[in-house]
Amino acid sequence: MSTDDAHDPKFGEYGGQYVPEALMPAIEELADAYGRYVLENEDGFMDEFRERLADFGGRPTPLQYAEQLSARYDTDVYLKREDLLHGGAHKLNNALGQVLLAKYMGKERIIAETGAGQHGTATAMAAAHLDMPCEIYMGETDIARQRPNVFRMKINGAEVNPVTVGRGTLKEAISETMRDWATTVENTHYVIGSIVGPHPFPKMVRDFQAVISEEAREQAIEETGGLPDSVVACAGGGSNTMGAFAEFVGDSSVDLVAVEAGGSSLTVDEAKGVAPNSATLSTGDEGVLHGARTKLLQDSDGQIMESHSVSAGLDYAGVGPELAHLVDEGRVTPANVDDEAALEAFHRLSQDEGVIPALETAHAFGYLERVAGTATDGRAAEPRDEHHDELGDTVVVNVSGRGDKDLETVIEETSKRDLSIAPDMSILNRVGGGGI
Amino acid sequence: MGLERAFADEPAFVPYLAAGDPNYEDSLAYVEALAEGGADVIELGLPFSEPIAEGKTIQDAIVRSLESGMTPDRFFEFVEDLDVDVPLVCMTYYNLIYQYGSEEGPRPFVEKAADVGIEGFVVPDLPAEEAGPLREACDEFGLDLVFIVAPTTRGERLERMMEQVSGYVYVQARLGVTGARDDVDDATEDSLARLSDWDVPKAVGFGIKTGDHAEEIVASGADGVIVGSALVDIVAEGYERGDPTGEIADELEQLARELKQGALRGAQNRPQPERT
Repeated sequence: MSTDDAHDPKFGEYGGQYVPEALMPAIEELADAYGRYVLENEDGFMDEFRERLADFGGRPTPLQYAEQLSARYDTDVYLKREDLLHGGAHKLNNALGQVLLAKYMGKERIIAETGAGQHGTATAMAAAHLDMPCEIYMGETDIARQRPNVFRMKINGAEVNPVTVGRGTLKEAISETMRDWATTVENTHYVIGSIVGPHPFPKMVRDFQAVISEEAREQAIEETGGLPDSVVACAGGGSNTMGAFAEFVGDSSVDLVAVEAGGSSLTVDEAKGVAPNSATLSTGDEGVLHGARTKLLQDSDGQIMESHSVSAGLDYAGVGPELAHLVDEGRVTPANVDDEAALEAFHRLSQDEGVIPALETAHAFGYLERVAGTATDGRAAEPRDEHHDELGDTVVVNVSGRGDKDLETVIEETSKRDLSIAPDMSILNRVGGGGI
Repeated sequence: MGLERAFADEPAFVPYLAAGDPNYEDSLAYVEALAEGGADVIELGLPFSEPIAEGKTIQDAIVRSLESGMTPDRFFEFVEDLDVDVPLVCMTYYNLIYQYGSEEGPRPFVEKAADVGIEGFVVPDLPAEEAGPLREACDEFGLDLVFIVAPTTRGERLERMMEQVSGYVYVQARLGVTGARDDVDDATEDSLARLSDWDVPKAVGFGIKTGDHAEEIVASGADGVIVGSALVDIVAEGYERGDPTGEIADELEQLARELKQGALRGAQNRPQPERT
């Protein structure tokens, strides 16, 4: 566990509990349950959680040496394979923890929001596994671009409620789930999907996800004889990010890099209220959204911007308050990778390592290419001799999820661009019609 | 401080509308119609893009208002342009208050609000724990800070709120989000009972739609009724039908009158308390 005071609702100036009064008693009840079950292992909660993560989830996940990427970047690249966790992403660590906690608390119903659908899928799986009724709120835009996950949620027995307000992405889905919770708070637990929201969610979700860095740290020492020089993870809300960083925060020799979605541009259209990116840590400023003070994409009045990313899971105008704090402290370095570089990295990892990453994850690999890539193909970045300053001799990249859910998007987005690395998909046109 | 005076002589009718819904000019007429209809305090919504405490009716009003160009500065102009002789309360979300002006924190917003004649705030996403800086600014400029008591609010939380509240307390009649309903929830009486020893006026809101609801609520001990969605519905339906502004305003004034009369009837049916 991290060294901060688990009962302090703040991370420096960030965090807090900015929620409607109706939710406050539930949040206080949850903070109490978090203290007892998660931090003090009351009734053996954490033992059962770890056991179920192993048996149902398939933990531990491997820390794999990536031969081709290591050669390409002249640096030892290790992949923390969260894509191999049940459900295909790190999300199950948190979903299983919270659904189990809801059971210990005597709650009878689970609700959750989802963006890319990975958290919704993980929550639906965990709820089915633990026999709890479950409803998922998902924006219409995301339902359209993440259909495979909608199928998976429904097949696991969850209700999927489309959210039609606004642009129909993660931000609206979170607001709508909070509204449901304000009505049903007495018997319902809201399984929030990232390290966002009011205290205790950011700390609790981090603690459930910290198993990633706990394993990775031990595995790195075992496999390489020491700590890595850097850990790289993509960041939307930031749950895989803090999960991958948590146990390394105290290791001052380890650089921590949070890679956000640069989208199509970092320039903001204030008149339209649109930021064509989700680079909250790099470009956002302080404000209050969804229960916490954190960094936000907002206009000068404080209205929240519509974010954008080719990856639904990074498409969010806020970020976890702990990450905002660690960036201000200089402990975490924010970086961003645009849609095109992420797509390129998606294809590279698939072709070179046989790992099809989620589009979210691909942003982390886009960062590697940018700081350490050589101009051997396509529009790869200019060579950088000093890349060892950026990555060091050993880098761990968190493979936060697998890319099966993204195949339709990737093929569509790739065909819009001239990416030399992309495979020729014309066979699909020749055999006619049909999606994946 | 000031808002308590609106509850002093008789039960108060406290309507809500989103400022600028569906546009600036029409909205001025609608708010003025509420005053004509007998409003004792008016809650004016300053729309925020993520209104997590609102049901569909008010969410839609917020979208209409934002799309017609409402901003915090336009809101302050709106308040200045209003021709009403009724105390005004600004209902909005904390990020807009926090971001306003060049200086960090709520002070510039409160200063400006006081300057244009706003007398108090309701901030649904600001619980007592986080309200310190806003309370301080309100004290500095002589404004009231209204808190919402939910059916789930008990014990220590009530006390923390009691220390900070002024003007009136907003008693949330039921769990959930804003929206007109067809009945009065039992939670109302329980909540009023928990607040019986507070000396600040108690106004009940969430779900009130008719004069009979208002009567029932006041008869069970409330000092006022807050009505939002039922009024916003009139604006929304009139807007969709393309009704003339004057007709919509008349309809608002009529419902306002019905609600105020209901509240007055409720006061007569009240079990007579020992007045001190």
